[in-house]
Amino acid sequence: MIEVKDLHKYFGALHVLKGIDLTVQKGEVLSVIGASGSGKSTLLYCINALETIEQGEVIVDGVSVHAKSTDINKLRQNLGMVFQQWNSFPHLTATENVALAPKIVSGKSRQEAREIAVKQLEHVGLGDKLDVYPSALSGGQQQRLAIARALAMEPDYMLFDEATSALDPELVGEVLDTMRLLAEEGMTMICVTHEMGFARDVSDRVAYFHQGMMEEIGPPAQIFGEAQSEQTRKFLANVR
Amino acid sequence: MNATTSFFTGFQFSDLGFLAEAAGRTLLISVISVAAGTVMGCIFGWALQAGRWWIEITLGLVLDAFRSVPLIIQLILFFNFFPLVGLPLNPFFSGAIILSFYTSALVANVARGGIEAVGVPMRRAARSLGMTYWQDMRYVVWPIGLRAVFPSWVGVALSVVKDSALVSVLGYVELLRASQILITRTQEPFIILALAGAFYFALSYPLSQYSARLESRWKS
Repeated sequence: MIEVKDLHKYFGALHVLKGIDLTVQKGEVLSVIGASGSGKSTLLYCINALETIEQGEVIVDGVSVHAKSTDINKLRQNLGMVFQQWNSFPHLTATENVALAPKIVSGKSRQEAREIAVKQLEHVGLGDKLDVYPSALSGGQQQRLAIARALAMEPDYMLFDEATSALDPELVGEVLDTMRLLAEEGMTMICVTHEMGFARDVSDRVAYFHQGMMEEIGPPAQIFGEAQSEQTRKFLANVR
Repeated sequence: MNATTSFFTGFQFSDLGFLAEAAGRTLLISVISVAAGTVMGCIFGWALQAGRWWIEITLGLVLDAFRSVPLIIQLILFFNFFPLVGLPLNPFFSGAIILSFYTSALVANVARGGIEAVGVPMRRAARSLGMTYWQDMRYVVWPIGLRAVFPSWVGVALSVVKDSALVSVLGYVELLRASQILITRTQEPFIILALAGAFYFALSYPLSQYSARLESRWKS
């Protein structure tokens, strides 16, 4: 379970997150929507401590993420993250990209790490690209490689930060299909996304962020059908 | 026999051995300086990139001094400073120390460029997998950054081989100093400088060839 309690985040004088309270249960898929600059990506970075926080608390499975005593490197293994830019390691093949963290972080043997890598690459549909370098892969394939790389640490949670925003339109589908597959397998996911179709069809709940606050959260039927908030309705009227 | 022949003797085959020996000294002081300067430069470059603002300012100032004061002035000042405080250093050590610091100042900027070439998003991706700061440095930043700035580093190394000629002002008999000695004796500057140039080329060529091959292998 991921619990976010009264989370405040500033970039200098800019108040980016203004007191977020949020709970994500095991097995749940939460989509976070909202305009650029509404703080939704920052929320993800605060959840796995890639950003510091100024006030409040993030708790993952009972462990306070930002506490000094927390072994953040250990905690992050349980929080897979996929970014807008896929950030493939350009000097490593697809298999080596995925096998690196299991080898050096989890201390798996070469053989074990490779087996994990092959399994996860097949999982995301890259079974035929094992020994290819990222430069020879399309954006969609590199993003699926990034998903496989995160899955190789066997996380309980996956955080997606606009995973399809940087992709050419014709490549968005394959990445969304992979995310959908994970959701069907029961992965707990927080997806910051501009893909309203994905948010509506795949999520258990949808949260709408507006100017650093969570304006509204509820099942897709509520958000997309009968949103309570004027702001939410206005936003959705503009994106559709 | 007229009087001049007793002062000047023509270039002999054995002088080639003298030049070769001096080329060996050029190689020795260059290899030591490039190696020590590269290690220090990587540490300085990292400190410039990751350190606090006051480290960046003070270290940056010192390194800028090494880069902008002519090497020949640094060498003479340093060589003459230590005897004043009662610690005479021989020309080789003085030269090697100054050349190493000079190299480190050049490498520091290259190294900082290499670290910055990797970019924050890539490093966050590495850290998000649970890598520690140093694992990220060792397995992600180092290999990617090295490839990005390796040509610049080769440029620094080649220039240090040539700059090592300046150590001759301290009396260390490396290639240039040896050439001057031979020119004085033989009065045949053309052939001797051409030979010295050929030796410098022979020292540098393998490095530039090796680096070209390495780069093309990384590209494929």
